[in-house]
Order: sequence, then structure tokens, then C-alpha cells
Amino acid sequence: MKSFLKPSIFTLSLIPFIIITYKIFLNKLGPEPVKEITHFTGEWTLIFICLTLSMSPLKRFTNFKFWIKIRRILGLFVFFYATLHLLTYIVIDYRLDWSQIIDDVVKKKYIFVGFTAWLLLVPLVLTSSQRMMILLKKNWNKLHKLIYVIAIFGSLHFIWLSKTIFFKPLIYSLIILLLLLLRIRFKKTI
Amino acid sequence: MKKFKYSEITPENIYKNRRKFIKNLGLATGSMLLNQHLITSANANAKKEHKKLTEYRYITTYNNYYEFGTGKSDPVERSQKFKTKPWDITIDGEVENPITISMEEIIEMFPSEERIYKLRCVEGWSMVIPWNGFPLGKILKKVSPTNKAKFVKFTSVLDPEQMIGQRFPILDWPYKEGLRIDEAMHDLTILVTGLYGKKLPNQNGAPLRLMVPWKYGFKSSKAIVNIKLVEKMPTSSWMKASPKEYGFYSNVNPKVDHPRWSQATERVIGEGIISPRIPTTMFNGYGDEVANLYTGMDLKKYF
Repeated sequence: MKSFLKPSIFTLSLIPFIIITYKIFLNKLGPEPVKEITHFTGEWTLIFICLTLSMSPLKRFTNFKFWIKIRRILGLFVFFYATLHLLTYIVIDYRLDWSQIIDDVVKKKYIFVGFTAWLLLVPLVLTSSQRMMILLKKNWNKLHKLIYVIAIFGSLHFIWLSKTIFFKPLIYSLIILLLLLLRIRFKKTI
Repeated sequence: MKKFKYSEITPENIYKNRRKFIKNLGLATGSMLLNQHLITSANANAKKEHKKLTEYRYITTYNNYYEFGTGKSDPVERSQKFKTKPWDITIDGEVENPITISMEEIIEMFPSEERIYKLRCVEGWSMVIPWNGFPLGKILKKVSPTNKAKFVKFTSVLDPEQMIGQRFPILDWPYKEGLRIDEAMHDLTILVTGLYGKKLPNQNGAPLRLMVPWKYGFKSSKAIVNIKLVEKMPTSSWMKASPKEYGFYSNVNPKVDHPRWSQATERVIGEGIISPRIPTTMFNGYGDEVANLYTGMDLKKYF
């Protein structure tokens, strides 16, 4: 069971990547393929953020350690999809046109928060191993609270890039808000 | 050569379709564009891929029509049962002869012509669409606007029972848009009844929509029921939703960014993953025809 668990979560998490790869190679992305890849990888980043944030509340509700064990894999997949999302924007959409990209990062607030969120993921990935966890001790927990900021930036990124908040940006923001609020309550009751 | 800086796109469309275009259009603008084509044909070669018409299936499945939902495929999926018969349009306000006219009468009275226009969406994508319609000015002249008629306000249908998006406060329903009278009277401004020689599909704004090719797509109202000539500048639904982001004019302008995203480039719909973005042109490439409407205006202020 134990050895079976993580590989299966890993495989399941790869399914969106397999789907988008399949769509790219079979040309099934519709009228605006670049936007489709961007939105797809962006949305899966948000989904993995929500999944990662659900693990500790689930543990509290169910008392299964299971959730915490898979949290790291889910967190790493946040970075995986966020990086695909960023690379789609930089390489496929803007063709490494750095002047335009830098201009966007500086001037466009949705790109600024999106890019910042990705940068904030980097230290989390670098310190994700068991060894780093032991090494950093209490600081590890503090550092990994960055995921809350990343989640908020992620939802702001979605709201600001959309013409209206209806409906997906609103739905993701509400889910993230709920997951963050659950944490405040826990602390008070403990 | 400076004279042609606005016309990088249109002549390329004409390049392929010029015979058909000029035959159908038969207007001075047609031959004018042809001349430009001759002059810029070297240019056209380099940008060959952008002169082709967008495929019918993309034009009719990739739509922004929030009355039917905010997803791009929502309109085609949810509008097929939308009733466009009977349909009356009222033209009133500052006019001598207000009228209510049925779609059948409109189609009979105003013979349709083909106009190949580039459509540039504020979201940063574009299509090249062969519309069928007639100049809005023709119908406006019939009702004789008074000298108080400074603007034209377009109101789209309000029918939350048939339009699921209208059950939510996405925008200030019904959809409202507006033009200045000279913009409305401009020959390029058309009322559309069809595309690709076929009846206008519901998801594209049947039975009657506007098309103003030098403005962002949202200015071109769909499913219009009322055209009102007014003295004061009307407030559009998008202006009301976000006045800092959507101005009354909303002319395509690569130098004026939307506050949240850039307008310098655009993606051509249907071009696939390999093709790059193309630069957006001032007035969507129709500057030779329309730039004079805005002489002396600060287009950054009046965005």
C-alpha cells in the first residue's frame, strides 16, 4: 500500500500533462491553440494549488496521515504546471521577445503577480526534500506558508486577466479563500 | 509612403479576394484599396499568411457573446434554439420619422453586399470575416436624424429566459453600445445580416448585428432591437462595468494599452501553434478611411 500510494498520485497528476500533449500533437486545440495551452496549464496550476491547500484541512477532518504524505507531490506539481504555464507564455506566445515580456511583467499587474507567484514557488521547490525539512526545522513551516501568498496571487492573476470575474475566476477565488479561512479557524480552536 | 502606414492588413485581404471584393463592393473604397495593394504588394508577400479568411467553423464556434455565457464555446452551444423570428427593430429618438421595422422588411429594403473585414477583439486576437450586410447610414438616412442627433445608441435584446447569461450580473443588461453620428454614418460601418453568404448564425448575433471594423469587437452589438439617435454620449455596458478600461471610442490602437493587458500585438485565429503574434495596426488597418474622424483628438484621452 505504502509503496503503491505515491507512484499512483504521481501518475494521476500527470494526466493533464498527457492530455495537453496529446492535444498539441493531434492538433485538437481549436481556433486559438496558444491561448488554450496557456489557459489549460494555468487552470491546472490553480487546481493543484487548491489540492495542495486541501491536504492539511483534510487531515484534520479525517485524521488520516495519508493526506500529508501526498502533499509534497501535489505541491511539486503546482510548480510543474506553473512552469509549463510560464514557458508557454515566454516561448510559444511571445517567442522570447524579452523587451515585450519585461514590459508586461513590469506594467501589467496580472503578469506581475503571476510571475511573482512563480518566483515564490522556487524556494519551496528547493526546500521540498525531507533533508531540507529537517535542516530548516521550524523555519521550514514558516517558509512554506508562502503557499498562501502564492494562492492569493494565483487567484488575483486569474481575476485580473479576465474581462469579468464571472465565473471561473470567482469560483477559484472562493475556493482558495475558503481553504485559507479554514486554517484561521483551526488555529483558534487548537 | 507614410500615407499607407494604416493599411498594412486590409490590402492583404484584398490581395487574395480582390476580384470578389471589388465586384461585390463596387465602391470607391474598393479601387482605392486596390491601388494601395499595388503599392504594398511587396509587403504583402512577407505577410502572406495573414490575408486569408478565417474558416467558417472558427468564426461560428469561437465567440464572445456573454448573453449566452462567458466561455468562447458557450454561444454556439447555447444559442441554437434562440428565436430570431419575429424580430422588430425600432429606430427612434432624435429623428423626424421614427420607425419600427421587421427583419423581413430590412432584408427586402436594404440589399446586402459582402464586406471582408478584419475583426480585432480587445482580448488580443483577430479574424478576417466575409460579412454580408449594408451600411448603417442607409437606414439612418431613412429616418431623417434631426440636428440634435449627435450620437447613436444601440440596445440589444433583453430576454433572460432564452439568454442564460442575462440571469447573472455579468454586465448591465440589456447590452448597450454607442457611436458618434459621424462614425455611424461612415460607409465602413455596417449592419450585418449574414456571413460567408449564409444567414447570420445565432452565436454571431442574429438576426441583426453591427460591425465597426476599426473598433474593438465589443463595440459591434449583437441581436439589436433598438437604434436610438441621441444628443448626449450614451454609456455602454462595458463603460459602466469598468470606465477606466473601456472608453466610448474603443478604437483599435496598439499604442494605448488596455490597463490590464497589452494591445501591441494580436493572435490570428486559426493559425495554429507555430505562427507568431502579428503587430496590431492603428484603427485595425482602416486608418486611411477613418483617421480623419479623429483629427485633433487625443486618442489616449479618448480611448
